[in-house]
Amino acid sequence: MEILVCVKRVPDTAENEITVRKDGKDIVRDDLVYSVNEWDNYAVEEAIQIVEDKGGSVTVVTVGDGDSEEVLRREMAMGADNGILLKDDAFVGSDGKGIATVLKGVVQKGKYDLILCGAQADDGAGQVGGMLAALLDVPYASLVNSVKVIDDKKLKVGREIEGGNQEMNEITLPCVLSIQTGINEPRYVGIRGIRKVASVEIPVLGASDLGLDAGAVGKAGAKVKLVDYFVPELGAGAEMLEGSTEEITEKLIELLKAKGGLK
Amino acid sequence: METVLIAPANYSVLGIPLILFSLLIPIAGTALFTYIIAKRLAPLVKAAPDNRLNNIPQRILQVAKLWLAQWRQPRYRTAGIIHIVIFFGFLTLSIRSCSLVIIGLSEDFVFPGLGGTLGNIYNFLKDYAATAVLVACAFAAYRRAIVKPARYAVPKKYGHEHTAEALFVLGLISTLMLSESAFEAAQLAAQSQKGIAGDFVAPLTLVWFWKLIFSNTPIENLQAIHILSYYIHDLTFFFFLCFLPMGKHFHVITSIFNVFFMRVKKGNIKPVRHGVPDDKLDELESFGVKKMEDFTWKHLLDFYTCADCGRCSDQCPANAVGRPLSPRFISIKGRDKIFKNYPLRGDFLPSEPLIGDIYEEDEIWSCTTCGACEQECPIGIEYIDKMVDLRRGMVDDGNVPQSLQKPLSALEKRGNPWGKMEKKRAEWTNDLPENVTVKMFDAGDTAETLYFVDSITSFDDRMQNIGRATANVLAAAGVDFGILGKDEKDSGNEVRRFGEEMLFQDIKAHNTEVILASGATRIITADPHAFNALKNEYEGLPPVEHISQVILKKIRSGAIRLKPIEDDSRIYTYHDPCYLGRHNDLYEEPREVLDAIPGIRRVEMTKSRDRSFCCGGGGLMLFYEPEEEQRMGVLRVEMAKAAGANVIVTACPFCLVNMEDAIKVAGMEGKMEAIELAELVDRQIIR
Repeated sequence: MEILVCVKRVPDTAENEITVRKDGKDIVRDDLVYSVNEWDNYAVEEAIQIVEDKGGSVTVVTVGDGDSEEVLRREMAMGADNGILLKDDAFVGSDGKGIATVLKGVVQKGKYDLILCGAQADDGAGQVGGMLAALLDVPYASLVNSVKVIDDKKLKVGREIEGGNQEMNEITLPCVLSIQTGINEPRYVGIRGIRKVASVEIPVLGASDLGLDAGAVGKAGAKVKLVDYFVPELGAGAEMLEGSTEEITEKLIELLKAKGGLK
Repeated sequence: METVLIAPANYSVLGIPLILFSLLIPIAGTALFTYIIAKRLAPLVKAAPDNRLNNIPQRILQVAKLWLAQWRQPRYRTAGIIHIVIFFGFLTLSIRSCSLVIIGLSEDFVFPGLGGTLGNIYNFLKDYAATAVLVACAFAAYRRAIVKPARYAVPKKYGHEHTAEALFVLGLISTLMLSESAFEAAQLAAQSQKGIAGDFVAPLTLVWFWKLIFSNTPIENLQAIHILSYYIHDLTFFFFLCFLPMGKHFHVITSIFNVFFMRVKKGNIKPVRHGVPDDKLDELESFGVKKMEDFTWKHLLDFYTCADCGRCSDQCPANAVGRPLSPRFISIKGRDKIFKNYPLRGDFLPSEPLIGDIYEEDEIWSCTTCGACEQECPIGIEYIDKMVDLRRGMVDDGNVPQSLQKPLSALEKRGNPWGKMEKKRAEWTNDLPENVTVKMFDAGDTAETLYFVDSITSFDDRMQNIGRATANVLAAAGVDFGILGKDEKDSGNEVRRFGEEMLFQDIKAHNTEVILASGATRIITADPHAFNALKNEYEGLPPVEHISQVILKKIRSGAIRLKPIEDDSRIYTYHDPCYLGRHNDLYEEPREVLDAIPGIRRVEMTKSRDRSFCCGGGGLMLFYEPEEEQRMGVLRVEMAKAAGANVIVTACPFCLVNMEDAIKVAGMEGKMEAIELAELVDRQIIR
């Protein structure tokens, strides 16, 4: 099975201090460290596991700048066979549909049975997967937390739905799936793995390579525009309980009872 | 001397001269033994290289101490004494047993030099040796079969009990002792019945008892006993020899080699592959141990050598808290796998991945690398390097628990396992008193001494206090010191021990560069893990000292004076951090510092110094989520309580984290306190 996984390089949110730039158009990026978007990492692991089981190959693709190459290498160190970097000044400032359009271009240049995306990105809106499927006119399943290959025409996919319930679907290939975290346990990528793929050539494709009209993507084609970034002001309503553990517990029980949370 | 009985060399049964058997048994026995040993050596030849021919004088010393003098045996007193008796008995009797084999061919054979007085002395000694061995065997059998010490038990998942094998071998040894003495006693009894004065018989020896028993036995029966006991001895001797390489008694043969080849340096981890320098590591196709032959030959020799005595697992903190690790079975399972893959007859089997076969992932990640097992092993078996090699293999395959992936990735990106920002690394210095200044090498300051803080002291809210205490103490002692600030990265002690070798190499290269660029001429640290890494894993750095060494020197020189303990209800005990004690032999300095505080009441825990019990592990071990029944720290604070202490002093930030957590978990808040050595000194210092 030929699988394409769309990945994104995002700021590592764990301990980074995210501050908004003065002009409100972006965050301050000087002291940030970046990594593969967590959801995408699960998607790549899932693709690798399918290929290990059924054969085929995994290609990882990202839309980004020169720095984005590092996430492709990391995923290749993990076990993806090929990487493609989609880089063009024309792509800068794309909205979700713009990114989906660029990705559509790369999908049509290859022959993929399955396209995986992360369900969302740390800094994204969770829209590209669905849009890509629509643009390609192929079926789509979102928030997928299990994938089973039935044959080369069909998959059985599980989706997590509200309340911890599980829904199972059959879906026809080719299709796009957006992958939820927890679907697997992504393998570790060590320094050694990254070094092994350090010199592998990664093709860089631009708008003309993909046969895209530069006006349809990037800032020019964006119909959704970022207006402002800001940190919401701290509202009232939060109360810190103080005292010893016993006192805090008692107060909490009282509060819960008073508001009807405990009967 | 006139003999009454016909010697085996001259005796015939049904016209067949028995000398034939005297010749055949040793030839067949030796041939079979050689064949078995050749088969056993095959995997060692295929194994990874290991550099064990350095430091020869020290190795000889180790053989003299651990092997010949049985240095570590009395650490378990009863078993140790029994073993020492059997060991020295064996050594003494080996000459006799060999000469007996030749006596079967030539009646009057004596080893050169043992003909005269020396021979008489030897005969006297070997008779007592044989007797002592038999008595020791009886005790050993009693312990094995009746007392059944807990550490010999085999948990179900590791297979069946090993008692039968132990008893069988004790039976073989006893047979050797009884037959050797009966052979001799039959001759002496016959001589004495004929009124011929025989050799002096040492009283209360086996020979003496046999002679007494045989005093009225008819000569022809004595002749039969003489011949029979000879061949029983001969057969048992060669059977035993060939049986040794079949199980745990292989140690009788291998232990001398294993002790000779055991590790001579402490605190360091073996290179990924001996003979491959760090800058050539990228060229290796695979990292670490994935299948049996990836172990070094010494590590396979370890498997052969394990005597199954269970001391390692008895001391192992992971085993004590119910983690799925028992070092003893790392060896036993390894040995059994070699035996299976390299059968004595038939083709060798193809090698398969060890993880998922004989070892489990959690088993290998459970080890805190505290070193208690290696410290205890009487015959120099190594575990830490094996654990690290197996982890290297798992890391290479991407097989790392999710709980460890985040801290490893943070170490790669930010140089600390929490992923905290580099620029915040020196924030702990913000709350120092006005008269204490910490110079910043990263801001261009210069100082004679570099204080290497390491990650946990830099970033953990509670442990930052150790940093401040260390700075206060150094300032009070008049030490001119600075820190690396944002340029410092984690020392990487656990990065290496958790198998991420290339990340460790990167960290080491970075730290080495900034340390050398700082121009400092000595390094001080209060973190034993950093101390160990900088001292034993890095190269070319200025000398490294632990804060306890510095404090002690300053106390002795009078630069630091301490005021008396005010609260006389406080009873202190010192907990040895593994990376200060076992891995670096620093036991006395912290104790002397404590004892220098006037009025301090200090007690020792039963498990202290090189038998200290790991708090739960430091570095990346803080992030690992093991399967366990309870925490090591909880057991440790209970030990402190049992010793009568209510303050645990340690000299390691990780120990302090684990102890303080354990005090809460054990519900001993208010009854037990944990404090770090520099913190305590800072509190007591006269300024």
